[in-house]
Amino acid sequence: MKATHSPTIASAFEDIKSRAIAHWQEVFDSGQPVILVGTATCGRAAGALDVLETIQTELEKLGVDCPVFEVGCLGHCYAEPLVVISKPGYPPICYGYVNTVIAERLVREFIAGDNPCLEFVLGALEENDLIPSFADFPRAVYEKKVVLRNCGHIDPTDIEHYIANDGYSGLATALQTSPEEIITEIKDSGLRGRGGAGFSTGEKWEKCRDTRGRPKYVICNADEGDPGAFMDRAILESDPHSVIEGIIIAAYAIGARYGYIYVRAEYPLAVERVRIALRQARKLNLLGRHILESDFSFDIRLFEGSGAFVCGEETALIASLEGQAGMPRYRPPYPPSSGLYGKPTVVNNVKTLASVPPIMVNGAGWFNDIGSGESRGTAVFALAGKIVNTGLVEVPMGTTLRQVIFDVGSGIPDGKRFKAVQIGGPSGGCLPESALDLPVDFDSLTGAGAMMGSGGMVVLDEDDCMVEIARYFLEFTQRESCGKCTFCRLGTKQMLTLLNDITQGKGTQADLDTLKTLAEDIKAGSLCGLGKTAPNPVLTTLRYFEDEYHAHITEGCCPALMCQQLIAYYILPDKCERSCDACVGTCTVEAISSNKRRIKVIDQEKCVKCNTCLTACPPQYNAVIKLSPPSEVPAAEK
Amino acid sequence: MTPKAEAVTQDSKDEEAINRQETRLALKRFGRKRWNLIPILQKVQARLGYLPREAMVEIAAYLGIPEIDVYGVVTFYNQFRLNPPGKHSIRVCLGTACHMKGGYITLDAWKRRLDINSGETTADREFDLDTVACVGCCTMAPVTVVDNQPEGKVEPTKVDGILLAFELVREAEKKEAKQ
Repeated sequence: MKATHSPTIASAFEDIKSRAIAHWQEVFDSGQPVILVGTATCGRAAGALDVLETIQTELEKLGVDCPVFEVGCLGHCYAEPLVVISKPGYPPICYGYVNTVIAERLVREFIAGDNPCLEFVLGALEENDLIPSFADFPRAVYEKKVVLRNCGHIDPTDIEHYIANDGYSGLATALQTSPEEIITEIKDSGLRGRGGAGFSTGEKWEKCRDTRGRPKYVICNADEGDPGAFMDRAILESDPHSVIEGIIIAAYAIGARYGYIYVRAEYPLAVERVRIALRQARKLNLLGRHILESDFSFDIRLFEGSGAFVCGEETALIASLEGQAGMPRYRPPYPPSSGLYGKPTVVNNVKTLASVPPIMVNGAGWFNDIGSGESRGTAVFALAGKIVNTGLVEVPMGTTLRQVIFDVGSGIPDGKRFKAVQIGGPSGGCLPESALDLPVDFDSLTGAGAMMGSGGMVVLDEDDCMVEIARYFLEFTQRESCGKCTFCRLGTKQMLTLLNDITQGKGTQADLDTLKTLAEDIKAGSLCGLGKTAPNPVLTTLRYFEDEYHAHITEGCCPALMCQQLIAYYILPDKCERSCDACVGTCTVEAISSNKRRIKVIDQEKCVKCNTCLTACPPQYNAVIKLSPPSEVPAAEK
Repeated sequence: MTPKAEAVTQDSKDEEAINRQETRLALKRFGRKRWNLIPILQKVQARLGYLPREAMVEIAAYLGIPEIDVYGVVTFYNQFRLNPPGKHSIRVCLGTACHMKGGYITLDAWKRRLDINSGETTADREFDLDTVACVGCCTMAPVTVVDNQPEGKVEPTKVDGILLAFELVREAEKKEAKQ
């Protein structure tokens, strides 16, 4: 991109950048060790704050002066809490599964001493001759970090860390370019909206720029409501400035004066970190009046969403910002023509906006070289469920599902068999093994009945019941339906009733046809994406796993042994080790007792099917099993 | 009216007056604009722990909008609650990953132990139980958020463990109070 040289903007930014780099080098190139602790929500849930506290007290005790930073999520959530130590003479080393005891040892032996404690190493961040690095992991072949480039490497509460790593350079370049050129650049890059629909970002911006009406608004949609998705949370917690910079560039391109970040209130840490980031950006004149001494003025406000899934839909989100109940409205007019308060508005997803700064720095061609077909750039996925390496992954568009699940995610734990992958949350679908060679991009998955959605990927194994998962998603969309469209409001309710019946063994064959008819009607008769896609989980499970529905209906049997009404817990008498009392002691409702031969017996009347005895029974006996249908339990024990 | 009943009415009148007072204080920071409604509700709930009737009436009067509009917004969003919270909040995550790893079993365990349903508060106002769609810690499934602190891998036995921890703290406090 040709930047018209503007001495004031360039020198204003140069000042900020040189100060930031000096600050960064003072810490990281000073010859002293530095400790990074991952304290995003995922780390905290695993006890990262205790680890942090231990490290600090231990350093104090030993009188060692060593900076400790709280950083975001490296993506290896399965190994949380993570600690990274950079010590001169060693590559930066990442330690996994750190607890307070390990943390204490790391400080004593590696920071104060000279033993890198190789037994706790997960991997080195750089290639070296000493320790295997992340680049040697099989997943490194596929991973390509664009949006997640800084996550886990910088302190999200320190703007200078971001600036020292090329942050806000994209903005400085953009401000020296004309808005039209930026829009062309974004169009050339092939960037499409990461929220699910995949509309061209450049075209959206252009439409908004060309619409008359002032003021114009930019809204960052961080209302990540999909159960099973946590990409936006991780990005906002780990690298909030990349999103803010993207918003400012978008605002400059379309000529907006105000912007909003709409974050779920259920993400308190993300809210806090964004708030800090906004304050710091204002202080450095990267937000506010005459940004970097240019003529462009823009400011961002943070809005906490109140927990309604439908507000992820752009018109509902706008209604919510206006202080109304978040109900979607008919489109067109689309928000770029008439959005917030009837003014031209661009609504972009977190990941879309975070992709913008690197495009400004590296050029459209660089971004366009990543990906395949009509889908350019990378896709960020939250891997969860029955998968070894749960966490965040970023791969180029066009990588196949099999590569993501088995190579990046290392497959299914405990030697279980892969059954299905649920993509796109409540709007997506469950794809079976036969669909694993599909590439992940905007268009391929739609044909198979699923969609990329915002990027939640939940892997299911042989213990997961497909009818139950369909019922679960429908229960979710039914509850979250705003109630505006009749088909969505009443149709999902009816489908849920049918699925409830089936999972309780009360379904009939005719129900399956009713489900299919209702699904088509809901799709046709709903205004917004929530209703239009709500039947997808049911339709895909019916398409690929119809036999499971039949087993529930005709045999009253749940093949995956999951549906509570259709299973019973049973202790195999010949496997029960009579001197062991593990199940009796742990049973939460005192339903297990010893019989005359001291074999343990479950009182089926009392049993609440909480699974505790099954996990408590030592693996060498494995005497507790689940039976379906419950009538399989020998009559003597009922 | 019996003396006891009178005392109760007096208490609830006091509570109502305090709620009104607190709501008015919270309102001072906001302009009288409709788009401030949700931030106002969040602020008031942060102060009172829930949104009582009198608070909603105050807010409607302040913004000059019908009370039903305030009530409509409050009941539309999951964040707002209409009954007072307990001292400790228990939020069981029912995101996809948590559900598939047995979140519903965990919820059952909480219900059984606290003897309340989701959305309710125990009679002694110690605990309130609710579900949350997803807290984004899917890798730690099944998750329960206890007093805003996400706890990973919460199975029925861990439910008992968490409750025991609270019980021990309470006993220690009682002992201290005696001394």
